[in-house]
Amino acid sequence: MSDDVLIETERLCKQYDTGAGPVPVLRDVNVTVRRGEFVAVMGPSGSGKTTFMNILGCLDLPTSGRYVLDGRDVGTLDGDALAQLRNAVIGFVFQGYNLLPRATLVDNVALPLLYAGVTHAERARRAEELLGKMGLSGYGHYAPNQVSGGQQQRVAIARAMINNPRLILADEPTGNLDTTTSYEIMKLLAQLNTDGITIVLVTHEPDIAAYAKRLIRFVDGRLTHDGIVSRHAIEEMAT
Amino acid sequence: MIAPMLREAWHAMGANRLRAFLTMLGMMIGVAAVIMMLAIGQGAEYMVSQSIASMGSNLFIILSGSTTSGGLRLGTGATPTLTTLDAEAIAELPSIAAVAPVAPGGAQLVYGANNWSTVVTGTTPAYLDVRDWNVSSGYPFTDSDVRSGTRVALLGRTVVKNLFGADDPVGKTIRVKQSPFLVVGVLAAKGQSLNGQDQDDTVLIPVTTAQRKVFGSQFPGSVRFIMAQANSAQAMTAAARDITQLLRQRHHLPDRTDNDFDVRNLTALANAQAQTTRVMSVMLGAIASVSLLVGGIGIMNIMLVSVTERTREIGIRVAIGARKRDILTQFLLEAIIISLIGCIVGVLLGVGAAVVANQAAGVTVVITGSAMMLGFAVAAAVGIFFGFYPANKAARLKPIEALRYQ
Repeated sequence: MSDDVLIETERLCKQYDTGAGPVPVLRDVNVTVRRGEFVAVMGPSGSGKTTFMNILGCLDLPTSGRYVLDGRDVGTLDGDALAQLRNAVIGFVFQGYNLLPRATLVDNVALPLLYAGVTHAERARRAEELLGKMGLSGYGHYAPNQVSGGQQQRVAIARAMINNPRLILADEPTGNLDTTTSYEIMKLLAQLNTDGITIVLVTHEPDIAAYAKRLIRFVDGRLTHDGIVSRHAIEEMAT
Repeated sequence: MIAPMLREAWHAMGANRLRAFLTMLGMMIGVAAVIMMLAIGQGAEYMVSQSIASMGSNLFIILSGSTTSGGLRLGTGATPTLTTLDAEAIAELPSIAAVAPVAPGGAQLVYGANNWSTVVTGTTPAYLDVRDWNVSSGYPFTDSDVRSGTRVALLGRTVVKNLFGADDPVGKTIRVKQSPFLVVGVLAAKGQSLNGQDQDDTVLIPVTTAQRKVFGSQFPGSVRFIMAQANSAQAMTAAARDITQLLRQRHHLPDRTDNDFDVRNLTALANAQAQTTRVMSVMLGAIASVSLLVGGIGIMNIMLVSVTERTREIGIRVAIGARKRDILTQFLLEAIIISLIGCIVGVLLGVGAAVVANQAAGVTVVITGSAMMLGFAVAAAVGIFFGFYPANKAARLKPIEALRYQ
């Protein structure tokens, strides 16, 4: 595996045990993502794309198969090492923003640094600076419910960015936003990608997927398409 | 790492002040109850130990025995079988340190315009040794006063207060049953006895004076009882046996007849009472501890609710890099902060309540540093113990399930 590979999965399988027996969610998924790529993941509901993202984010473990992130075989790591990966290598952006409702915006952005062992003053300084870059300077002391959805998602992106991750995992980041705000968020992500951060994005919407450079598609837990983003490919996906 | 965690925990509690306060309240009441009950229990122990100390140590009381006359058995003290000579003989025993015969009786005292009824105790100077009693002003009467039966008296504090008020009684003359007595000294204050009598309400006079000139007796030399002090606590058993043997011999009692006297170990009785008080004190503490336990369960309850409520928050924290022990520490710290604050306030409340009980109701309380330390340590332990289960539950949540939680 060469140095410019960030994500590599090999025969990745995941099944959930239900009362009616095991239900396979991912079957033999082989994906390689190089550093600096911008990948959109599409597929109908229940196709396994969210499970795929959870595994990429080290929030869930595969039933079988291998997952190598940033040169480390995730299957061999213990809880603390996984937490460290989530803290330093990965940044999450969720559909529902997932900010802590009782903390101020600045504290939300600074939260990952708490677990990285950064001092209080330094955390506040870096969080304020990043909020400024996201066009939210002066909003630091607000609570999440005092700002708009688009602003909350910017705060969430700032939180994902605060510890200089190599990978951003965005699970339908524009799902709760109107079209104009969605485009602004996507431009922000595209800019981060231009700055060198690898992005994997789950979405339903073709116009959002169009911001990515590569498209993969799941159907029934299998990878059915992996290629560059083209109008033809997207339209085929959308059907 | 602990400092920012403390800040986080503090903020989390600030988010729901009423709930945090109510949880603390349980803790406060528990700790306050423990502190107060210990204060009262130890106060009772202190009272008893004071009374025992004022009684004198390693003490026997020898009472004259019962008698049977015409098939009618009379009680202890019914026959005047003990005499001052018995007391002198007991004093010769090697296991005995001091002996005092006691011939008490009620009498009216008069000084100037004041009069007062009290117990006049005829005894010897050795009485002061036996009872560990001091003279606070003037001098005690002497053995020569006893031999010649002079009219001298040592007054207890209560008597002085009632006859003389603020005046100095030493050197003054009082009348006991019409005969004049020179006051030679005043006894130090002794306070209440174990059965609640005022020990300072008495007058000591030479036993011979009491027998011949105050009360009179158809049995010359007889006394109501004899007090004897053994050399040491270890010598008590031997001393009791020696006294019994000696008195049987002196009273010419044939074998297989009952003693015409009764030797009682006062110190053993007192110690039994002290033991009872100690048990009561422990019981009070134990009952109060139950409320501490209930307070702890309250903490666990609220922490469990808090963990459930904040499941999503936990998921978010895990997603951005919190380790299991970070989550565990966060919730444990919250529980500990609640119990510590509850404990500090509880200690203050408990001490305050004990002081109020002392001021308002006159209850003797003893507040010791060790009782407060105990309350503190128990509260911290309760916080950790009852905080651990919810905290551990939080730390073991699966991140994807926690994130999905609505």
